[in-house]
Amino acid sequence: MKKVLSAFLIGGIFGLGIAISGMANPAKVLNFFDVAGTWDPSLLFVMGGALLVTAIGYRIVFGARRQPVFESQYALPGTTGIDAQLVGGSAIFGIGWGISGFCPGGAIPALGLGHPETPIFIASMIVGIMIARALKARAARPAAA
Amino acid sequence: MTEFTPWLSLSGGLLIGLSAVLLMALHGRIAGMTAILAGVIPPFPSDWAWRAAFLAGAIVAPLAWLAAGNEIAFAVPLSTPTLVIGGLIVGIGVTYGSGCTSGHGVCGMARLSRRSIVATLVFMAFSIATVYVMRHVVGA
Repeated sequence: MKKVLSAFLIGGIFGLGIAISGMANPAKVLNFFDVAGTWDPSLLFVMGGALLVTAIGYRIVFGARRQPVFESQYALPGTTGIDAQLVGGSAIFGIGWGISGFCPGGAIPALGLGHPETPIFIASMIVGIMIARALKARAARPAAA
Repeated sequence: MTEFTPWLSLSGGLLIGLSAVLLMALHGRIAGMTAILAGVIPPFPSDWAWRAAFLAGAIVAPLAWLAAGNEIAFAVPLSTPTLVIGGLIVGIGVTYGSGCTSGHGVCGMARLSRRSIVATLVFMAFSIATVYVMRHVVGA
């Protein structure tokens, strides 16, 4: 229960930050990308502020405690190699973000703003996630004779 | 045009960072929306509850902010089919790329993860190129 309440509150801080920053507003995100047109550099300040706090905060956290408060260890991604899936997937994501102005972290808090476009985007994105999972599972199976 | 909002955007960024640090300190987790969202799409992992709670909080907070009398600018300058296609592509991309702006762009970059730095540079470059083509080449 403590864990769930904590995650709810931390998610709330995330969602409020996204919403006031402009990351949940596709028009603003698209203008951030439109460097040759109606460029709006605001999102540089979002990334800058978030990176600054996270980089310093992570250092303090990892230096101060051997394990997180609620769990026995930090769950950090172990893979370090640069592979085709990482680069190709990121390129595909970039195209989709450039088309829609929505990224997953922007879209979820945008649900709370109550506009009808957001659930349409999120439903489509979930279908995309399920398609990619099915394709990955098929590729992982040994080829049938 | 959208209004240039350096202070509001910086404040939002600081809150996003605070959330990422708290999630690591308390739960030992990366605040990556791709991974958190994946945890509430079947088949559910055993630890789906904190992910669902995080998502619920992320949705409720902006709602409460609006209910308190604040305004948040929002506009989707797209047709519905374009929005659907964009959503499908984003879902496929983040699944293959193992992350998005929050996971790679904030948490991974903050850890100086080589994978996250490469991922962020690639998706930013492709987003800028896509908007350039759609607005200035195709002229949509």
